[in-house]
Amino acid sequence: MDILYLLIPFSVVVVLLIVAVFGWAVNSGQLDGFENEAERILLDEDQAA
Amino acid sequence: MTNDKVPVAPGTTTYEDGPVRAFALAAVLWGVVGMAVGVFIAAQLAWPELGAGIPWLSYGRIRPLHTNAVIFAFGGCTLMATSYHVVQRTGQTRLFAPGLAWFHFWAWQAVIVGAAITLPLGITRGKEYAELEWPIGVLITIAWVAYAIVFFGTVGRRKIRHIYVANWFFGAFILAVALLHLVNGAVLPVSLWKSYSAYAGVQDAMVQWWYGHNAVGFFLTAGFLGMMYYYIPKQAERPVYSYRLSIVHFWALIFTYMWAGPHHLHYTALPDWAQSVGMLFSLVLLAPSWGGMINGIMTLSGAWHKLRDDPILKFLIVSLSFYGMSTFEGPMMSIKTVNALSHYTDWTVGHVHSGALGWVGLISMGSLYHLIPRMFGRTEMYSRRAIELHFWIATLGIVLYIAAMWIAGVMQGLMWRAVNPDGTLVYTFVESVKATWPFYVARLLGGLLYLAGMLVMAWNVVKTMQAGRPQQVRIPQVLAHA
Repeated sequence: MDILYLLIPFSVVVVLLIVAVFGWAVNSGQLDGFENEAERILLDEDQAA
Repeated sequence: MTNDKVPVAPGTTTYEDGPVRAFALAAVLWGVVGMAVGVFIAAQLAWPELGAGIPWLSYGRIRPLHTNAVIFAFGGCTLMATSYHVVQRTGQTRLFAPGLAWFHFWAWQAVIVGAAITLPLGITRGKEYAELEWPIGVLITIAWVAYAIVFFGTVGRRKIRHIYVANWFFGAFILAVALLHLVNGAVLPVSLWKSYSAYAGVQDAMVQWWYGHNAVGFFLTAGFLGMMYYYIPKQAERPVYSYRLSIVHFWALIFTYMWAGPHHLHYTALPDWAQSVGMLFSLVLLAPSWGGMINGIMTLSGAWHKLRDDPILKFLIVSLSFYGMSTFEGPMMSIKTVNALSHYTDWTVGHVHSGALGWVGLISMGSLYHLIPRMFGRTEMYSRRAIELHFWIATLGIVLYIAAMWIAGVMQGLMWRAVNPDGTLVYTFVESVKATWPFYVARLLGGLLYLAGMLVMAWNVVKTMQAGRPQQVRIPQVLAHA
């Protein structure tokens, strides 16, 4: 099952990247106070230019 | 459509919907084509003489044409259209590098045409959902890099600081598919149309099903969940039930999906502990999947009455019930003892199609019905009754399809394992094939209904295009601070 020597380190790197992106999200305020974000997408309707 | 040679200042006044429109229309076209091929191969299973012995109509060559067309052509174009639409609207900014987005569109169509030519010719890598030989694989990589640049570039120059949850799902889908394609696409080419996998034997199988299951998890699930999180609130005119849950749902889902692949390899040469890991994570996956389903369905809380009159909402909400069903069925089938019965039977086919026709198909149709009129300066499709008709035909088709496959699959599993007291098998294999025949016919009927629904959609789209016209849409002023 030699492929695991590739897949496991690879998966660990992927997990670390995911954690890094999550860290960025927390630090850049993506996860602070999103009270209005769910409604925001409803506020616009396409207007012709 | 906007002349992309005219220099545009960042955040200029109109959205760039040309590629959105193009991908949306292509999606409808490829949906019809892919489903028609599906109907043909379903008919071949019941009547193998169909195809008249012509090599490029033979089942073995045409089946992957069906899978590639419905997943990558229909599903792919739907994802590309909606992701380009959503990333602009939620960021209130114009698409980054529209020229590159157009290149992406045409490169993707070239991939699809390449598949349509090479697969019937018998040119194949033999890897499921990764059959396309290396030159097309290279083209996929180029198209995908363009896609990623445009999508993330648009996220980068958004006017709204918070990145709406749908974009996280789209972003994860784009990055994961890039990873999967590169790893499972690793080959040694020996001629223009022939290559050998970098991996071999059961190792190759492991990589293949790591790819295969993550293709389901990221291409067919995460991407379409992004769609769900935008188009259900927009169509219902209500915000997502719990925005907090949607974020938790996202992170839990993407983390868990990566490890479920081994459930395709139960009772094979894959080590037992790897099979157990796959089984365990597949069961764990039930929780985040249902979290997302509940979040989407409960968005209609206080507005259930809208389901009565709005057929687009019917598509969107029913798609989630099939999603819930499939994400329950899948973990159940990942349990080794259950899998011992279901593996290699038509139950697997039934499961795939409840997810594909029920979840992916219906959420795509609902989203496209919301999107397409807006690409032609309208808020509604040409015919609401046609949408209603499509919904009922499609749902009936799905139910017929999966019921036929459930019965056939369990029957096959039981027949294959039936032993006489002296230990010999009760049934020959061909007896199980013969017993399956009526279910092949029932499934064909289900597929025909589903295709008929898609043809109704195609008609409605053409009428909508004729009744409207593409318009430039102004980017609104940002209402509140980002």
